[in-house]
Amino acid sequence: MNLQASVAPPGQSTGTPRPRRARRPSWARLDMKISPYLYVAPFFILFAIFGLYPLGYTVWISMTDTSPLSVDTSFVGTENFVRLFGDTRFWNSVINTLGMFVVATIPQLLMALILANWLNRRLRAIGFFRMAIAIPIVTSTAVVALVFGMFFARDYGLANGVLELFGFDRIDWRSSTWSSWLAISSMVDWRWTGYNALIYLAAMQAIPRDMFEAAEIDGASRMRQFWQITVPLLKPTIIFTVIISTIYGLQLFTEPLMFTSGSGALSGGTTGQFQTITMYLVQVMRTYNQWGYAGAIALVLFLLIVIMSAINFLLIRRISSDR
Amino acid sequence: MSVRPIRRSKTLAMLGATAVLIAACGGDDDTEPAEPETEAGDNGDAEPITLVVDVFGEQGFGYEALYEEYMEQNPHVTIEERGAGLGVGDYNDRLVQQITAGSGAGDVVALEEGTIVQFYAQLDKFVDLAEYGAGDLQDNFLPWKWEQGTPGGFILGLGTDVGSMAMCYRRDLFEEAGLPTDRDEVSAMWPTWDEYIDVGGEFVDADVDAEFLDAATNVYNTMLMQIAGNNSGYTYYDTENNLDLDNPDIKAAWDMTIEMIENDLSAGLNSFSDEWNAGFQGASFATIACPAWMTGVIAGAAGDEAEGLWDVADAPGDGGNWGGSFLAVPAETEHPAEAAELAKFLTTPEAHIEAFEALGNLPSSPQALEDDAVLESTNEYFNDAPTGEIFGSGAFDLKPVHLGPQNNAIRTAFEDALRSVEQGERSPDEAWQAARDAASGIG
Repeated sequence: MNLQASVAPPGQSTGTPRPRRARRPSWARLDMKISPYLYVAPFFILFAIFGLYPLGYTVWISMTDTSPLSVDTSFVGTENFVRLFGDTRFWNSVINTLGMFVVATIPQLLMALILANWLNRRLRAIGFFRMAIAIPIVTSTAVVALVFGMFFARDYGLANGVLELFGFDRIDWRSSTWSSWLAISSMVDWRWTGYNALIYLAAMQAIPRDMFEAAEIDGASRMRQFWQITVPLLKPTIIFTVIISTIYGLQLFTEPLMFTSGSGALSGGTTGQFQTITMYLVQVMRTYNQWGYAGAIALVLFLLIVIMSAINFLLIRRISSDR
Repeated sequence: MSVRPIRRSKTLAMLGATAVLIAACGGDDDTEPAEPETEAGDNGDAEPITLVVDVFGEQGFGYEALYEEYMEQNPHVTIEERGAGLGVGDYNDRLVQQITAGSGAGDVVALEEGTIVQFYAQLDKFVDLAEYGAGDLQDNFLPWKWEQGTPGGFILGLGTDVGSMAMCYRRDLFEEAGLPTDRDEVSAMWPTWDEYIDVGGEFVDADVDAEFLDAATNVYNTMLMQIAGNNSGYTYYDTENNLDLDNPDIKAAWDMTIEMIENDLSAGLNSFSDEWNAGFQGASFATIACPAWMTGVIAGAAGDEAEGLWDVADAPGDGGNWGGSFLAVPAETEHPAEAAELAKFLTTPEAHIEAFEALGNLPSSPQALEDDAVLESTNEYFNDAPTGEIFGSGAFDLKPVHLGPQNNAIRTAFEDALRSVEQGERSPDEAWQAARDAASGIG
């Protein structure tokens, strides 16, 4: 439209567009008013069906004793929540989830940072290496868990074979808290380190080269450049990856579940040493058939994620106001 | 500006296309040409249908030949089986959801002994097979098996197999340890579990590169079912379905299992895990508690290389049953009559014999148990052991054990506790307490 108007001779421009302009705005206005709602409607409709309704239903079910084993359902109020706060197995699963999150995430982000720093240099076949670290992301979590499960097998596992080769004792990786956490964290790390490294790499490439050149002229070592230029400038990116990892970490499920092969996988080890919140939730629902109580656990998990997200949000705000 | 109308028309076009699609789908039923039925007397019955049979277990239920036969007799029926390779736990979790949701379950579903009790509370979700003439079939099943499948007279499930008990052992490892290998001599070594533990001690002293038994949980389950059958008649729940963790039978089985762990008899494997399967191939244990259905599991897991190395002896102690299943028809099925017919067909005495020959699942039908095909059968894989005789002889004297609604969940709690002792993570007393705590939470 604008193009047409500017090209048209000045005499005509006042005559012809006017009636069109008078018609168009009514269409356009309607369009402007309704279209946005139409465009976002699919999301909200889907959200209502798959988000809002289940959420509401969870709130309702958490206040009942619904179970497929009993025909009658009765309203029990806050009983499920009271029980939850005294449930040592639930708190054990919270500790496990947070513990594995810490054990997995800190080395993961450090390794990603170091990897990204290497890949940010000029290397031969750099494209290949950059692609290679991204490969684990496209493998299915279940496959990763399956392969790592065999890797950490007690009797015939590769990990124990290597330990034995170097004269160490075999480890029953699934038995103690620490060995199982380490094994599960290694699965998470294998899959996500490359992803985070790619994000860091993208951010690093946005750092102007001349900052490093200036530092080099001032005689700063590579190490010093890394810690005093790269890392501070990556701060927002690091925060972003921490948030993504937090969300993923709180929902950790497939890796610890598939770490047990055979019966009793949802128990997360013989003493629940690697049972995460989501695993306990599913166990209560599926194995114990206590759907009401499972609803209460789901709500508390939801609250935990909200709290963690709020903490993250406050952290970001502080950091961005610092800059 | 000019982009918008186009987008809108695109959206409209897509909406239109969707509407057409929906209309097309909806119209499908009407437009299907009514096939000219040849007047074969099958009035309307011959409309082709597919019946889905849900089973579980590493190798299913051994019904392949029976399906063929049934489809030949009823050409309008196509049978699809799902679930072979699925463990009973996963299978049951899924089934509970499907039954509760009233959608997704097969037309004929297998219900395991430990889980059928869960469905007693959901009888409205199943077809009462009495409506399809199953009431006349009572004599085809062992009395206690029939009773388990018909709560309050409602014919929920028809029995498939029972799991009477034996002890499977590896001949080569026994020979290496200097123990007798002949099955009668082996049976004579362990009339009771205490003597079984003694034999285990001898095996350990011989310093063979293998453990005596696969998993403490397997002997525990075996002993519990046996002891309960001979004493209280129930395990974790009394016959009124109240949780009774003070049942002395539980503690008796537990204590004996702990003694085995403390004597280093157990390989400490998680039953039905990859490592447990690998243990069969690597010969990492010499004996395994062997309900009749376990013979199929062993043959599948140990593979052809181990053929003839395994053998079957009598189990220590007296009798006992572990496992066995039923076939039921969920109410959600679109073809209740045909599904009921199929369920009846798969549970005839002849079908029991067929499944026994295919996988070693012991019939729950007295006619089949007395049939020469079962009585005189030998299992080639197990060094030609007379499995029909070994398992079948005990089946008539089996004393039923009542299992409560949450039996599987509570059994898992006790199994976890036993494994934690095997791993050295908990002392026996701590583990016992942990199992009881977990069990009362499940209640």
